[in-house]
Amino acid sequence: MINKRRSAAVLIGLLTATALIGPPPAAADDETPEPPAEPPKVELVLDVSGSMRARDIDGRSRISVAQQAFNEVVDALPDETQLGIRVLGATYRGEDKKQGCRDTQQILPVGPVDRTQAKAAVATLRPTGFTPVGLALRSAAQDLGTGSTARRIVLITDGEDTCAPPDPCQVARELAAQGTRLVVDTLGLAPDEKVRRQLLCIAAATGGTYTAAQSADELTGRIKQLVDRARDTYTATPTVVGGSAGCDGAPLLAPGVYTDREAFAEHRWYRVPVHPGQELRASVSVALDRPVNPDYGVLLRATAPDGRELVRGVDAGSGRTDAVSAGLRWSAAEEESPEPAPTGTQPARTVCLVVSNSFAPRPGTQVTPGMPVELTVDVVAASPAPDGPDLGRGWALLLLLTLAGLVTGLVAGLLTRWWVATWREN
Amino acid sequence: MRTLIRSAAALAAAGLTLTPTAAGAAPTPSPGAATVTKAGTSFLTATTITPGQPVRVGASTGDHLYWSFRAEAGEVHEVTATVSFGGRARTGPSTWTVDVFDGLRRRQACTAGAQTPTAAATATAVTLGCTLRRVRPWAEPWSGDPLPGTYYLRLSVTDLPEPDLGLPVEVDLLVGADTGGGGSGDDGELAAPLVANTRAGTVLTAEPAPEPVAEEDAGLTGWLPEPGSRWVWTGAGGVLAAVAGVLGFALTRRPRRP
Repeated sequence: MINKRRSAAVLIGLLTATALIGPPPAAADDETPEPPAEPPKVELVLDVSGSMRARDIDGRSRISVAQQAFNEVVDALPDETQLGIRVLGATYRGEDKKQGCRDTQQILPVGPVDRTQAKAAVATLRPTGFTPVGLALRSAAQDLGTGSTARRIVLITDGEDTCAPPDPCQVARELAAQGTRLVVDTLGLAPDEKVRRQLLCIAAATGGTYTAAQSADELTGRIKQLVDRARDTYTATPTVVGGSAGCDGAPLLAPGVYTDREAFAEHRWYRVPVHPGQELRASVSVALDRPVNPDYGVLLRATAPDGRELVRGVDAGSGRTDAVSAGLRWSAAEEESPEPAPTGTQPARTVCLVVSNSFAPRPGTQVTPGMPVELTVDVVAASPAPDGPDLGRGWALLLLLTLAGLVTGLVAGLLTRWWVATWREN
Repeated sequence: MRTLIRSAAALAAAGLTLTPTAAGAAPTPSPGAATVTKAGTSFLTATTITPGQPVRVGASTGDHLYWSFRAEAGEVHEVTATVSFGGRARTGPSTWTVDVFDGLRRRQACTAGAQTPTAAATATAVTLGCTLRRVRPWAEPWSGDPLPGTYYLRLSVTDLPEPDLGLPVEVDLLVGADTGGGGSGDDGELAAPLVANTRAGTVLTAEPAPEPVAEEDAGLTGWLPEPGSRWVWTGAGGVLAAVAGVLGFALTRRPRRP
């Protein structure tokens, strides 16, 4: 009885506390955590190789369509967004592949945009040389620099990389695996099959998108959308953490979002301290940044330090997707909570989280670096099971009770009348 | 007496069936709601929408589009989406899907609706739908039942010929919330809604210090039942029953002579 009373009091206290201060994670959802010092940074990477001369988009040359699109994007650029422009294949006219494959320049440094200067720089571009996409991507990542927020590269090209190595897709994967979050969105102008494959690979490796632009309007609209997206989403960057191979010595995580890399068939362990009366919430997403076999799954388990499983979250699927995710909730059962120490304090329990996957690489798929893992950890007040007597609720109950009362009253009244009548007769 | 009980039971049954069912018509946009023209590309960057707010966004075939909305206990949500292909020639049929996840990124089941329709190569548009389960106010931590909090929607194409990737599409989406039908009869309340913590985390260097045991506050307000709780409903029912009993008793008396 005392236990019940106590738990009820704790529950009500928690509820009133929640009502008074409001649900804290909800606030985190609505507002940005803290105003980031950095503005959103985007770099447009434009292919100015010889093939851009082809007149196959609405009867105009590819380069003129791209130039028009750039002008409109620069005009519509949000004020706080910092934009840079890099070109590849713009200057070297010769036939020497070695030299042509180093031909990439930044014609507009990443920073607050001077619209006239940007337009003038774009207007002078003439289709010229080779297509060193990989090198241009690497340089663009350097242009954008490192920092705590996400960076976005928009790659516009019409031909496959003629300069591999470095293979552009390989470069994209390397860049994505570095500390800074980098997204490469790709746009193919009149693409053939090889270009499409390459751009799809680059986009998938960095969590970006691929678009086949076949008209000037489509190209302009898409670049504007991507630049806007950079402004809307650049602050969502998780903390990089490295999970260990076992629970002992695994990184101890406070509530928040983390990112890690996990190879095929690898297990990654993390630890979370959970105080008595608290509930652990965790979710994990494993992104498919490379071709894998069509059936896959991801498993997130919470275990006690001795290896006993507490709860698991699992999801599986098949077919094309970007991420597979699973989540779990766990709170210590009432009787399981450790006895309070004599000093009046309760130590936190450590819960181990282990992330594993059942992805299978296709032949030739790269194994390292691992696939991106996004782990969300939260510790909130526990929600104990409701306990109360078997009472009812609802309008049907009121109706039933009222009718029952009415019937009882009527019966009682009739009986009384009959009894009084018979008593009088006697 | 038997007829009375029967009629009472019939009335109660009628009261139960009168409550609106979840399988209503397709959701309609709320009047005056601004159209959302954006979509996120991951769970973290999902665009927040509210039920009744229409979404219209241009995208490329192969994009994974994410939105999120808040759900409260007792609501049933219905998602409808239309993907228009804009008359562009495609090489083969494509299968589209709308996946729904809760705040912990756990997959949520659809009770009705075409969740993964296949569009023929010649189709101009494909319609997707998903009706979710009624959101419960509380569930055991080990269960996967729908709970109040954030819900994520992901619209994507799961199967298509590779040459069709990247083609432009237009996506219309609407989430409708049906609050009719009242509560699900569940007790309990979630201390904090299932809303993902989106702040960047911090790796702790040491075990946290033990917390002092919280002093229990046994105030009077803690013992008062909340409005809408079973105590209040049943108490009110008892009062009504007593009043009805007195009324019924009074009905059987002879009218008093002056």
